[in-house]
Amino acid sequence: MAASMRLLFRRVIRLSHRNINVTAAGVSRGSGCCWGPSTCRCFSDAAGDSSTHFGFETVPETEKAKRVYKVFENVAQKYDVMNDAMSLGIHRVWKDMLLHVMHPQPGVQLLDVAGGTGDIAFRFLEYVRSQQERQKRRASRSMQTPSWQDISNNYSTEDVVESQESRAVVCDINKEMLKVGKQKADSLGVSAGLSWVVGDAEELPFDDDQFDIYTIAFGIRNVTHIDQALQEALRVLKPGGRFMCLEFSKVTNPVLARLYDAYSFQMIPVLGEVIAGDWKSYQYLVESIRKFPDQEEFKGMIEDAGFYCVQYYNLTGGVVALHSGFKL
Amino acid sequence: MFRLLTVCIRQLHSSSIKFTDSCYDGLYPGHIHTTPMQKALLAVGSGVAALQNPYRHDMVAVLGETTGHIALINLRDRMRSDPEGYAVLTERPRIRLSTLDLNKMASLPDGSFGREYVRFLEDNRVTPDSRADVKFVDNEELAYVMQRYREVHDLLHTLLGMPTNMMGEVAVKWFEAAQTGLPMCALGAVLGPLRLNASRLQSLFTSLGPWALQNGRRSRCILSIFYERRWEQDLDDLRQELNIEPPPVTLGATNRSST
Repeated sequence: MAASMRLLFRRVIRLSHRNINVTAAGVSRGSGCCWGPSTCRCFSDAAGDSSTHFGFETVPETEKAKRVYKVFENVAQKYDVMNDAMSLGIHRVWKDMLLHVMHPQPGVQLLDVAGGTGDIAFRFLEYVRSQQERQKRRASRSMQTPSWQDISNNYSTEDVVESQESRAVVCDINKEMLKVGKQKADSLGVSAGLSWVVGDAEELPFDDDQFDIYTIAFGIRNVTHIDQALQEALRVLKPGGRFMCLEFSKVTNPVLARLYDAYSFQMIPVLGEVIAGDWKSYQYLVESIRKFPDQEEFKGMIEDAGFYCVQYYNLTGGVVALHSGFKL
Repeated sequence: MFRLLTVCIRQLHSSSIKFTDSCYDGLYPGHIHTTPMQKALLAVGSGVAALQNPYRHDMVAVLGETTGHIALINLRDRMRSDPEGYAVLTERPRIRLSTLDLNKMASLPDGSFGREYVRFLEDNRVTPDSRADVKFVDNEELAYVMQRYREVHDLLHTLLGMPTNMMGEVAVKWFEAAQTGLPMCALGAVLGPLRLNASRLQSLFTSLGPWALQNGRRSRCILSIFYERRWEQDLDDLRQELNIEPPPVTLGATNRSST
C-alpha cells in the first residue's frame, strides 16, 4: 500500500515539474541516415502536453509505449536470429560478461526486466546450476570419508535444494516476446525456477524488497520514463541488492565510432528487411541507440535514483556498457 | 456560413489527427529512403533470400525494386507515349478487392475479359490483394509503375491463359522479361526452369517458351492498358488488340505441386 502511494506521489511531482524535452529529428553524425527533415510530423492535440523521442522522430509520450510495443510484437519471432546476424554473435559474449560480473551464487532471486526471450534468465539458471555443482564437488572432495549420516543427507537434499533456491522471474511488457521465450524454455527443457510475468518496467507488479538482483538487458532505452524504471528497480530490490543494466552506449574511439555508425545505419535496416521483412523496426533500433544517454550521464541517472557504488564497464570499445549499482 | 466553415476546419483537423499512423516520411505511403549503398546491399541480400526461399515474395519484390530503375524509366516512357497509358499514369487506378466489383464481373458473359479474370482467380485460388507495396523506389511516378506492374501480373495470367503453377509462372516470367526488361524478371526467367522436370522443360523450350518471348517482344505495352474499363470486352478481341497470340499449349489450373 505504502509503495503505491509513494509511486503516485512521485508521479504527481514529476508531472508538475515536467520539462518538455522536444528533440528535433536530428541527422546522425557521419553518413547514412537519410531521413529527411521532419516536415510531416503529425501533431496530435489530444496529448499535446509533452513529447519524447521515438528513434529520431518526436512523438507524444503516450504514443511511444504503443509504438515500441508494436515494434517488438513484429520482431519477436525473428528476434534471436536478428541479434545473431546484427552483432555477428557478439551479443552472446556481452550477455555472458553480464553473468560473469554478476557472479550469482545459488539461492539468489533474479528479476530480469524486459527479458522477453529469456536470454539472461537461461544463462542465470545455468550459471547457478554450475556453481551449485562446483560447490557439491568441493564439498564431496573435502569429505573423503563420509559417514552414513552424511551420505543419506546428501541423497535426500539433492532435489529439494534446487527447487527451493535460485529463482528467475522474466518480466516483459510484450506478450509476444514472452511467448517466444516460453517456447525456447520448453525446447531447452528448462522450467524449474523460471517464471514469466507480463509487466511494465515503470510500474512493476511486485512488492518491495523482493529480489537480490535486477537486470535489464537492452531494454531500458525503450522505456518512456527511464527514471521511473530506475525507481521501480530500487523499490523491488532487497537492501544489498544489485542493479545491473546492459545497454548500447557511446563509442569513444572516433575511428571505431564512424565504422559503427556506418554499419548501424547502412547494414542493420537492410538485415532487418532481408531477414525479418521489417525495415522500420530496425531503423528504430539504431536510432534509439543514438538517443540514449552516454555512460557518464546514465551513471548519474542511476545515482539520482538512489543507487550506490555505481560503476560501468565498457564492452567492445563502448558499443555496449554494463552499469551496476547497489541498493544500500 | 461562418459556423459551417469552422466546423469543416475542425473536422479536417480531427481527421488529420486520426491519420497519424498514415502520416509518412517519404515521397509516397510506404516509401523508405535508402542510400545507394543500402540499395546495393538490399539487392544482394534479397537476391540470396529469394533464391534460398522462393516463397518469400517480399524478397522478390525488393529485388525488383532495387534493380529495376532503368527498366522502370523505359516502361514509364512507353506508357507516356501511348494515349491510354498516359491516362493510366494520370488517373492511377489500383487493382484491389476494394476497387473491384467481383460480383458484377462474374455476371458478365463467358469469354469476356472480366468473367475470365474472375474464373482465373477462383480456379487458382488467388486474390488480387496479395501484392506487396513498393518501398524502395525513389520516384513517386516510377513507384506507381512498379505497383501497376505487380497488380497487372494476375491479369497477364488471364491474357496469356497461364495458371499459377510453376510452369505457368515461368511462362509469364519469360513474357514479362521480354516485355519489361526488369532484371528481376530476367533472373526469375533464368532460374525458374531449374525447378521443372524434364518433360516440362522440353515443352517450355520447344513451344511455350518461344511463344512467350515472341509475344512479349511484339505485344503492346501491357501496362498501358486501362483494364478497369475493359472488363466487358471479349478476351480474344483484347488479345488481338494487344497483339498476343493464344497459348500453343493449354495448361491445367490449380496444379499446386512444385513441378
